[in-house]
Amino acid sequence: MGSSATWGLLTAVFTASFVEFVEALTIVLAMGMTRSWRSALAGTGMALVALAAFTAVAGYALVNWLPRSALQLGIGALLLVFGLQWLRKAILRSSGLKALHDEAEEFREQEEAARRAGDEQRFGLDWFSFVISFKGVFLEGVEVVFIVITFGLNAHNVPLAAGGAAAAGAIVLGAGAILHRPLTRVPENTLKYGVGIMLATFGTFWVVEGLGVFQNGGDSLGWPGDNWSLLALIAGWFLLTRLLIKAMPTLAGRDPKAASLATPKVAEEAS
Amino acid sequence: MTFVRGFGQFWYDFIIGDDWKIAFAIALTIVIGAVVASVAATDAGWIAPVMGVALAVAFVISLTVDVRRG
Repeated sequence: MGSSATWGLLTAVFTASFVEFVEALTIVLAMGMTRSWRSALAGTGMALVALAAFTAVAGYALVNWLPRSALQLGIGALLLVFGLQWLRKAILRSSGLKALHDEAEEFREQEEAARRAGDEQRFGLDWFSFVISFKGVFLEGVEVVFIVITFGLNAHNVPLAAGGAAAAGAIVLGAGAILHRPLTRVPENTLKYGVGIMLATFGTFWVVEGLGVFQNGGDSLGWPGDNWSLLALIAGWFLLTRLLIKAMPTLAGRDPKAASLATPKVAEEAS
Repeated sequence: MTFVRGFGQFWYDFIIGDDWKIAFAIALTIVIGAVVASVAATDAGWIAPVMGVALAVAFVISLTVDVRRG
């Protein structure tokens, strides 16, 4: 793998993982500060154990059971759908049709939910804190695992991909432990836009290569220029999203000037 | 039953997310691409760029439908 591909892999995995870890941290902090640190950390620990098991099983199954082109098709499709979901949010936010993601607002909502919840105790733990922390860390963590496995396997460098994710996790965890509050200054919306472009690019590349599984012989399809076509795909997705950001208010039947000035009233889902 | 429902909900949220139209549009495009690839010559170099454009068009259509209905 060339150095540019290595850096591309590392950057994509690090940034994507960073964003996911920031979101998981917000949930765990809200549970810990509002209800029970012990239960929130127990939920986090249990989620990490479950993630390790999931990674081992999924990684083994993917490597040993599927031909390369089928693997590219399956994981490419997953990456592409993730990436396009992120780009959809980025486009809607940038064009004023959706509220910007706000980690402080997310933290307040989690705190409020934690205060309203009952006081059920199980195994000596505050069950609400445990379950919410577990679900939050596991859900965000599975996305990181998929990104690490897919980028790592396709670039033949899972350790590098895992290292990028681990570095992101360590930085977020360290910052959270020092600051003891959500990482609101992280430019999460911009990062998500950049990661969305990367995921869509690699997803497109691998999905199309993987279509070779349906041809005689089942070998991967080739792109003109091989890996150089990744640059064209990055440029293509970037230009398309910029055009869509401009065109969205018109497509939605709104006045573009009004849309750019308006503050969306509904804060939508956290992710 | 609660576990099965929770498991299904988890994967639905994970793959489909907030907008099912994107997943549907991409899946449909991949199916069409699979049919094209199965009948095309193995050295057909045009499949990759055409499919790349088709996937982008699928995204634009799903997003347009989303905001027009929204």
